[in-house]
Amino acid sequence: MSFIDRTARAFLLTELIQGLALTLRYMFKPKVTINYPYEKGPLSPRFRGEHALRRYASGEERCIACKLCEAICPAQAITIDAEPRADGSRRARRYDLDMTKCIYCGLCQEACPVDAIVEGPNFEFATETRAELMYNKEKLLANGDRWEAELAMRIVADAPYR
Amino acid sequence: MAEAKIHSYNINFGPQHPAAHGVLRLILEMSGEVVQRADPHIGLLHRGTEKLIENKIYQQSIPYFDRLDYVGTMNQEHPFCLAAERLLGIAVPERGQWIRTLYCEIGRQLNHILNVCSFVFDVGGMTPILWGFEEREKLMEFYERASGARLHANYFRVGGVAADLPDGLLEDIDRWCDTFPQVLDDIETLVTENRIFKQRTVDIGAISVEQALDWGFTGPNLRACGLAWDLRKAQPYDKYAEVDFDIPIGKAGDCYDRYLIRILEMRESLKIMKQCIATMRPGPVRVDDRKVSPPPRAEMKRSMEALIHHFKLFTEGFHVPAGEIYAAVEAPKGEFAVYIVADGTSKPYRCKIRPPGYVHLQALDLLSKGHMLADVVANIGSIDIVFGEIDR
Repeated sequence: MSFIDRTARAFLLTELIQGLALTLRYMFKPKVTINYPYEKGPLSPRFRGEHALRRYASGEERCIACKLCEAICPAQAITIDAEPRADGSRRARRYDLDMTKCIYCGLCQEACPVDAIVEGPNFEFATETRAELMYNKEKLLANGDRWEAELAMRIVADAPYR
Repeated sequence: MAEAKIHSYNINFGPQHPAAHGVLRLILEMSGEVVQRADPHIGLLHRGTEKLIENKIYQQSIPYFDRLDYVGTMNQEHPFCLAAERLLGIAVPERGQWIRTLYCEIGRQLNHILNVCSFVFDVGGMTPILWGFEEREKLMEFYERASGARLHANYFRVGGVAADLPDGLLEDIDRWCDTFPQVLDDIETLVTENRIFKQRTVDIGAISVEQALDWGFTGPNLRACGLAWDLRKAQPYDKYAEVDFDIPIGKAGDCYDRYLIRILEMRESLKIMKQCIATMRPGPVRVDDRKVSPPPRAEMKRSMEALIHHFKLFTEGFHVPAGEIYAAVEAPKGEFAVYIVADGTSKPYRCKIRPPGYVHLQALDLLSKGHMLADVVANIGSIDIVFGEIDR
């Protein structure tokens, strides 16, 4: 019986026709692709994208140059120089981040005790030259100013889990 | 006409060949179109991971494991965390273990979807990879919602996981588990009985249980030969002892059986995911030991003691007692293991990684000998190799 069954299937091309019918059905299903630069996939509040240095509401920079991020960075992408300000507060004179070295592991934002260095939602920071990816403090603070509304929202959303 | 003797000649396969699954360079000694010897040349993706880990504290090493087998990443972080936990003698909280088990199975799905679909693609079927990548996209979204990265998760920690799962994620994973069998059925309708696929895979690269054991096979490749060996059953870790699942085994040990085993494993893996979601209860996800795991952020900002612990953990790290340990897990590709020699400091003295793909690749010569050139592609696709872990 199985021999007849097998032979009949082989001659009638059953599995090929079934496959073709299935692909034809898929043709009429709604498309799942998105039109990327105009449509984007969803991102969770935990997404680890481009870095930013945040400020307090007063405009003062948060970073106190404790160098925890520099110490924990597995790729050694962060370089910090500290200096005391005129008012005696400790701040970073230099905060360099080599985005070509960074592996986006998120350990810097986990280490930061003042939520200064964060990995933001931005993943579209490709550049034409390598030198543009050597971020300094001004660039990181500018990122922070640009994304602050979203960064603060993400931290609030994720706070119960951290 | 005088009889002409054809000499075997060498051809270079890869390292830039799309069917080489990465940067595999094969020197094939051919006799006509029949392969006489396949000689893999590896090392093009060598990054010195093992040596790097010797110079990193334990927390810093975890991202490097993501980059070994970059298809299902959390399965690689797992053995390293297990090894460090066993040396430290700490127990992970219940929920932490369930989350890890769940995400290891998601990793298995990610890996098997990619492997099955790209294998079918290698032997001529274009459609499954388009459907498979849609499912992978959904799974990577689950990765991203838990860890913050779609691929290089850095989510497992020594003593648990980085953070609890956000609200609603488990329900979404559960819903995905209900829809995925339909996709698997569709892929099977296209592939499993297809005569072209069967002509390309049945009896290609067949290997017996004895040979497979001699060559150090593990995982789906070994089970396709007919030996029910699965570390999740043999040496259960985390919550695998408490979930109910079967080990599918094959008979012939050829490319076709390896494909079938992976399809069946995805179905078994769905069962495990369902059980994880049903059994998981709220609770801590990381060990409550300030010498190993950093304090919660709110506590760190209030308490001086917690802040000191935070600083110590992120600069010096935790000290792991001297000793040696071999921790193995059933990664999607086979037995992925880490052998750590700890010397009592916060960095491993030596960390040896045992990748399954490396072991499987060395049998490629055995699998391909006497087959046609096109069958080498089928063999490479079916033994499931990824060069991140082979070259390390």
